Amino acid sequence: MTDMTATYAGLEPTRAEKFRQRTVPLILFALVLLVIPLFNPSRSMITLLNHMGITIVFALSYNMLLGRAGLLSFGHAVYMGLGGYFAVHVMNWVAEGTGFWGAVPIFSMPAFGFGAGALAGAIIGWPSCRRSGTPFAMISLGVAELVAAAGFMFDSLFGGEMGVSADRMAGPEFLGLSLGPVDEVYWFIAFWTFIGVLGTYAFTRTPLGKLSEATRDNAERVQFVGYNPQRVRYLVFIFAGAFAGMAGGMSAVQDEIFTPESLSLVPSGAILIATYVGGIRYFTGPIMGAIVMTYMGSNLSDYTVGWLLYLGLMFVGVVMFLPNGIAGIVYGTADTLRAGRLGEVWQSWLLRLAGLVLIAVSVITIIEVAFRWSDGYGEVFEPFGLSLATTNPLTWILGVLPLVLGVVLVLKAAKGESK
Amino acid sequence: MTAALDITDLHKSFGPAKIIQGVNLSVAKGERHAIIGPNGAGKSTLFNLISGRFLPSSGEVRLNGALISGKKPFEINRMGLSRSFQVSNIFTNMTVRENVRCGVLHSMGYGYSFWRNIGNLREVSEKTAHILNEVGLLEKGNTPAALLPYADQRTLEIAITIAGGAEVILLDEPTAGMSHSETDRAVALIEKASKGKTLVIVEHDMGVVFNLADRISVLVYGEIIATGTPEQIRGDARVREAYLGEEAEDAA
Ligand SMILES: Nc1ncnc2c1ncn2[C@@H]1O[C@H](COP(=O)(O)OP(=O)(O)O)[C@@H](O)[C@H]1O
Ligand SMILES: [Mg+2]
Repeated sequence: MTDMTATYAGLEPTRAEKFRQRTVPLILFALVLLVIPLFNPSRSMITLLNHMGITIVFALSYNMLLGRAGLLSFGHAVYMGLGGYFAVHVMNWVAEGTGFWGAVPIFSMPAFGFGAGALAGAIIGWPSCRRSGTPFAMISLGVAELVAAAGFMFDSLFGGEMGVSADRMAGPEFLGLSLGPVDEVYWFIAFWTFIGVLGTYAFTRTPLGKLSEATRDNAERVQFVGYNPQRVRYLVFIFAGAFAGMAGGMSAVQDEIFTPESLSLVPSGAILIATYVGGIRYFTGPIMGAIVMTYMGSNLSDYTVGWLLYLGLMFVGVVMFLPNGIAGIVYGTADTLRAGRLGEVWQSWLLRLAGLVLIAVSVITIIEVAFRWSDGYGEVFEPFGLSLATTNPLTWILGVLPLVLGVVLVLKAAKGESK
Repeated sequence: MTAALDITDLHKSFGPAKIIQGVNLSVAKGERHAIIGPNGAGKSTLFNLISGRFLPSSGEVRLNGALISGKKPFEINRMGLSRSFQVSNIFTNMTVRENVRCGVLHSMGYGYSFWRNIGNLREVSEKTAHILNEVGLLEKGNTPAALLPYADQRTLEIAITIAGGAEVILLDEPTAGMSHSETDRAVALIEKASKGKTLVIVEHDMGVVFNLADRISVLVYGEIIATGTPEQIRGDARVREAYLGEEAEDAA
């Protein structure tokens, strides 16, 4: 066996490689979290960052199902919502301050969300994880409808349409944080975001995490190496629910309110889109997706009422042309640069970029002109001092010509690359 | 001594089609048993019944005396029976090493563990490397399984099957589609890996069968028409008539 040890050592990543590939990114992430406040971000910026942190944990929990286990859920917001609702109720018990609850710091709310999410996953997952594929997806949809409907019906638990609100300044302080001002909430969010990233990453390195990938690839064969794929799915589902609940606990402290809306299909669809756009094949994909989508969701809406249309178009575009999402682009580009192949590809990259910009010009023109026209207020789209009324021939030229040209360029770039 | 595998009056129908019609077979511990028969005879179906993939219509299967028919595949696997598939059935998006490790995990007692780092399970890593070395896939350990050439995928199929150290191994046409030299290598591997274990193998290559097997059963239309040593099978008139014909003489 002595020579075996040598061969086995050659197969596994070395200690240095492990450090570089696993520990360093985590340290960098922690550093980024620590450094951000040094730039004195505005209050609204901090609020945005806090929401990004929450969405990062939520998206990572969703990818435990979609990317790792191959389970498409249409109702993952249920677990964030139930975790968050539980946290909001706990916050109110803390505010009453009787007995045990009087000693609980608000800082620990994500842990309560984690527990509630796990419990919800354990109960709902029991029937739904018996199946995979389309039946699983359909059951998740049904459960989401059911729970959301229940949320609007049981007012004493869910607070009706107004939801249940709480006060994050209640209870004892932890680490000297009153959690009153948003910059103190930032530290709370940063801490739990890091825990969420660390926890979901560690999960991928466990036997169960590996088995979930095996079950995704080939559930049948898993049975013939001694595992029950239903059990694997069920356990993964509980963990995914738990981390979603943790995100709920973070959100409860940040926003101090949960409404039944949070259980509905809308946030479930949003997290599906964010995760997929980020890239489900990479651990970091959902993180990127969460950052980009949260940013767009909060900023794009300031510029145009058609922002949901743009998000939709982007999602369709990613599904059709970029199945590995933003992370696919990032890592693909990095690989090309590292391999020193920029010289071979820069022309087709430039061509594609130009093509995409041209396509975007047409798409934006069409959408902006179209919804102003359909509003019927006679408002005119006026970018860069141009007046693009429906009667202006330039409108039609801008709507068509760049599109055609852009598609030609993109096709040409693809052709050049395949050579 | 109880047989490693005991099949009694096994039947399987798919709707009106009777595919397995009263199979009786006993395989002793340590025996290498080959099952031959024409295409569509029901060899793979028989394996599916033994390994729990299908439920028998009637009859029973015992593993070391314990009833296994009616149990789930993963339960049967835990009791010490492992099988390979005629069409490679691997974890395509995972690396070769991860594939084999999936086969190793449960036998090392790591159930559905979520509190351990898989990279720190030294004995799992060593067993995995040992298996990879034995089957000759060590250098390709970090290749995604989907990118392996066909023969290597077949080898990986065997590697996953033997990784858990099961005492009874079922191989369904392990050399199908392999070239001569690839077949020779696969047979050497099977001989080595099945040393001291019970092996049941479905195989079309008569050279392989007559070399490897202690006993042979001939399955035709879901019935075993003969069981015996290679010499007995070669001399059996019904077998020659029903199936072997020229092939047996070539091999002899
Ligand atoms: N799941 C199934 N449903 C219906 N018929 C099946 C099924 N599996 C196998 N069969 C039929 O059983 C017969 C035997 O198949 P098989 O066991 O694969 O034969 P062999 O492995 O000996 O070539 C074939 O006629 C096949 O069509
Ligand atoms: Mg077959």
